[in-house]
Amino acid sequence: MDTHLRRLEDQSVYIFREAYKHFDHLAMLWSMGKDSTVLLWLARKAFFGHVPFPLIHIDTSFKIPAMIEYRDRIVREWRLNLIIGQNKEALANGMNHTMGRVTCCTALKTNGLKNLLAEKGYTGVILGVRADEEGTRAKERYFSPRDKHGDWDFREQPPELWDQFKTTFPEGTHIRIHPLLDWTEVNIWEYIRAESIPIIDLYFDKGEGTRYRSLGCAPCTAPIKSTARTVDEIIEELRHTTVAERSGRAQDEGRGMELLRKDGYM
Amino acid sequence: MHARPTFAETPPPRAPRAGDHLNIVIVGHVDHGKSTLLGRLYADTNSLPEGKLDKVRDICRRQGKEFEYAFLFDAFLEEQEQGITIDTARTFFAWRDRHYIIIDAPGHKEFLKNMISGAARAEAALLVIDAQEGVKEQSKKHGYLLSLLGVRQVAVVVNKMDLVGYRQDVYGAIEAEYRAFLAQLNVTPERFVPVSAKIGDNIANPSVHMPWYTGPTVLDTLGLFRKETAREHQPLRFPVQDVYKFDARRIIAGRIAAGRIKVGDRLVFSPSNKSANVKSIEGFNVEPVPTEAKAGQSTGITLDEQIFIERGEIASLEDSAPLVSTTFRCNLFWMGRRPLEAGKKYLLRMATREVECEVAIIHRIIDAADLAARQTQSIVGRNEVAELTIRAKAPLAFDLYGDFETTGRFVLVDQYDVAGGGIVTESVRDEQTVLREEARRRDIAWVKGDVGHDDRARHFGHRAALVLITGDRHTGKSFLARRLEIRLVADGRHTYLLDGANLRRGLDTDLVDADTKEMVRRFGEVARLLIDTGLIVVSTTNTFGQADHQAIRTLVHPAPVIAVHMSKTEDAPPPNTDLAFAGPKDFEAIADRIVEELKRQGVLAQAIGAKQQFHYSI
Repeated sequence: MDTHLRRLEDQSVYIFREAYKHFDHLAMLWSMGKDSTVLLWLARKAFFGHVPFPLIHIDTSFKIPAMIEYRDRIVREWRLNLIIGQNKEALANGMNHTMGRVTCCTALKTNGLKNLLAEKGYTGVILGVRADEEGTRAKERYFSPRDKHGDWDFREQPPELWDQFKTTFPEGTHIRIHPLLDWTEVNIWEYIRAESIPIIDLYFDKGEGTRYRSLGCAPCTAPIKSTARTVDEIIEELRHTTVAERSGRAQDEGRGMELLRKDGYM
Repeated sequence: MHARPTFAETPPPRAPRAGDHLNIVIVGHVDHGKSTLLGRLYADTNSLPEGKLDKVRDICRRQGKEFEYAFLFDAFLEEQEQGITIDTARTFFAWRDRHYIIIDAPGHKEFLKNMISGAARAEAALLVIDAQEGVKEQSKKHGYLLSLLGVRQVAVVVNKMDLVGYRQDVYGAIEAEYRAFLAQLNVTPERFVPVSAKIGDNIANPSVHMPWYTGPTVLDTLGLFRKETAREHQPLRFPVQDVYKFDARRIIAGRIAAGRIKVGDRLVFSPSNKSANVKSIEGFNVEPVPTEAKAGQSTGITLDEQIFIERGEIASLEDSAPLVSTTFRCNLFWMGRRPLEAGKKYLLRMATREVECEVAIIHRIIDAADLAARQTQSIVGRNEVAELTIRAKAPLAFDLYGDFETTGRFVLVDQYDVAGGGIVTESVRDEQTVLREEARRRDIAWVKGDVGHDDRARHFGHRAALVLITGDRHTGKSFLARRLEIRLVADGRHTYLLDGANLRRGLDTDLVDADTKEMVRRFGEVARLLIDTGLIVVSTTNTFGQADHQAIRTLVHPAPVIAVHMSKTEDAPPPNTDLAFAGPKDFEAIADRIVEELKRQGVLAQAIGAKQQFHYSI
C-alpha cells in the first residue's frame, strides 16, 4: 500500500481506538456510501476484524432502494449490530424535500439523529466526514463537541494537539468523532482499491454514461455524467476533474451546509 | 521567466500519482494576509474547483464588497463578515510530485488555541509578516510557539510589498529584525520571500515588480521543504493504547512512536517493569502475516506470556528504556480559560498515559515578544508560556523532548478541555528515585519460571496484592489484620499475615535499631517476593512512618496496594488511603468493606462496571 494511505489508515485506527477506550456509549453512523463504508472497514482494522459498537443508519425513507439492499447484505455478512433511526413523526406529517431542502434535511436527518442519540444515550458518535468535502468540514476537529441541543459551537472549538483528543465532556452533551478528516475523495477510492472493499455499485456506470459520485436521498442526489465502470476508472477520472464532489448534492447550495451543520447535521 | 501554469482546456492533474505528502501551516499576526496568500496560491495554480472563484466573486458583488482571495477559505459567514479567520481550515493542494495539506491558522490572539491546533499538525510553516506593519506581537508569539511545537522548518513571507512600493530596504529591515528574533530561539529560517498576495507577486509566479529578488516563489518554497525523517531508526517506543480480548487473542494495541518491533523481541514495559517476548504481530486483512512493525504504524502484538499490562505503559527494548519518575521540568503554553495555578490538580496526558498531577513550581513566565523572563508568580495566564516543574501522583514513563517527540510531550486537561501543552526538558529525581531504580533493575533481570502471574491468578481465583493497614497504636490494626487473614482464607483466598516486627528477629538481626531505612527496604523486598508467589499479603507495619509506606509501595510496584487507615478520631487520613475507619469499630464490617475494595480494584474476580474488562480474566 502507498505510504500516504498507510499513514491515513494508521491515524484513523488510532482515533478509533481512542474513541473506544474513552466512550462507554459509542456508536458509528453508516450511510452505505463510500466514505462511511471505508470507515466501517477501518473499524474492523482497528479492532482486528470486530466492530465492538453498534452502527446507526438514519433512514429518511427517501434513500435509493439499492442502498437498503446493500446495507442488509453487508450487515448479514459482517455480522454487524445495526440500529435504524427514523423521524416517524415528521414523515407522518408528510415531510419531504419539496418543503425546502434545509427544512427536510433538518427534520429527517439532523432531528432523526438527535432523537436516536437522546433515546439511546450515546455520548460518542463516529462519522465519516472529510475536510475536503466542503468549507465548514475543513474546520472540524477529530473529536468535536456538540452541546445539549446537539449544536456545534464552531467559534469555541477545543484545542486539539499531538493526538490528545477531547474525551471528557459535561453530562447531556456528546462528541462527534471524525476519523476520516484528513482523507480526500481520491484517497477513499485508492483505499477501496488497495483493500478490495466491497462498495455499492451505484458509484459505477452501467452503460448509461452516468454514475453517482456522492450518495444521499433519491430526490436530492443527482448522478453525474461519467463512463467510469471500475474503481480504477473512477480514480483516473478524479485525478483530472475540477468539479466539486458534492456538486450533485442540493443541500450544499448557498449557506445550506453551514446552517445545517451548526444545528448538528453530520 | 514566468513559470505560469497553463490555463488550457484540460486543467493540470489535481492529484499526481507519485510523490510524498506534507502538512504545512500558515501563521502570523492578524490581518497580515494569511488567508489571502492561501487563496492566491490556489487561484494562480488553477487549483480551485470549477466555478468556485466565480461563485465567491458573485457573492461579493451582490453584497457590494470588494472581492478578496481570503473569502475562498473563510467558510463561516461570521469569518467573511468580520474579515478574519476564526478557526483553522485544512485545505488540500497538489503541485508537481507533492501533495499538501495546508492549514490556514487564525492570527487573532483570541484564537491562539486554534492556531496551536493547526500548527501542531504541521511539518513546516509559512510565517507571514505585513511589510507595512512590520514585526508584530503575534509574529513573534507564533514564531516562538512553532519552536515549542516542534515545527523546525519555517519560511518567512513578507507580504503586502505593493503597499511599500516594493522597496528592498523595507524588506531587508524586516528580514534582519525577524532573523535576529528567531536566532534567539535557535530557529534558522529556511528563507525569506517578499510577496504581494493581493497582486500575485512571488506567489506562484515571479514578480516583475521586484527584480532585486531572485529567490524562490512561495510555490517553489513549498517544494523545497523537506519531508521529516522517519523515526524508525530510533530506539523503540510503543505506548500501550489498549488491550483487547475480542477472540482467542489477547492483543496489546497501540501506535509505535519510534523504532520497530519484531517477532521474538524481548519487550520491557515501563513503569511496571514487566517483560515478555513478542509472539506475533496482528492485523486485519493483511497478507502475508507481518513479522515486523515500525514507527508510525497503528498495530497490535501478542506476547508469549500473559502479563498484566495497562494502557499508558511504554514498551521498549531492555537496553534503551525510557525515564521513570513522578517529577519533571518542562516548557508549557497555556490556553485555558482559567489561569494555571501552582498546587492545583490537573489531568496529565502523555502519549496514552493519563495521571493526576500538580504544578510543583512555576520557575518563570516567558514573554514571547522579547523572550525575557518575568517575575516568578503563582499563576500562568491564558496564552502565556512558562517553565514549570510538574509532579504526578504516580510514576510515569517518559523521555526528554529532545530525544523523542511523542513520549516527550504532554497536555494538561483542566475540567473538560485540553488547556496546556508542554515539552519535557529535564527529569527530576524524587525521594523514591533510588528505590525505584533498584526495583527496576531487579524486575528486568528477574529470572522467571514458566508459571506466570496470570496462571497463578487463574488457579488461585485472585490476583496478588498488598493490604497495608496503617494508624496509631491501639487502634486495632493488628486485630483487624488477623480477622482479615482468617476471613480471606476462609473464602478460599491465598493470604498471609506479614507483621513488620517479625523480620527484626530473623532477617534484620545484623542491623542496628536506628537503621530503619534498610529495615523498610528489606520489608518491601520480602513483601514483593510473597506477592510474586501470588499471595494477598496483609501487613501491619507499626514501626514504619508515612515515608516508609511510600518506599514499600515503590518496591512492590506495580502490584495493587490497598491502604487501610485506622484512627480513634476523625482526623484526615494520610494521602493515598483507600479506606479510613475512625472511632469505635465493628471489625467484621470493616473486613467486609476491605473485601469489597479488593473486588473493586480487581484483585478478587468480579466484573467491573458495565463495560467488559479485557485486561484480566479468570
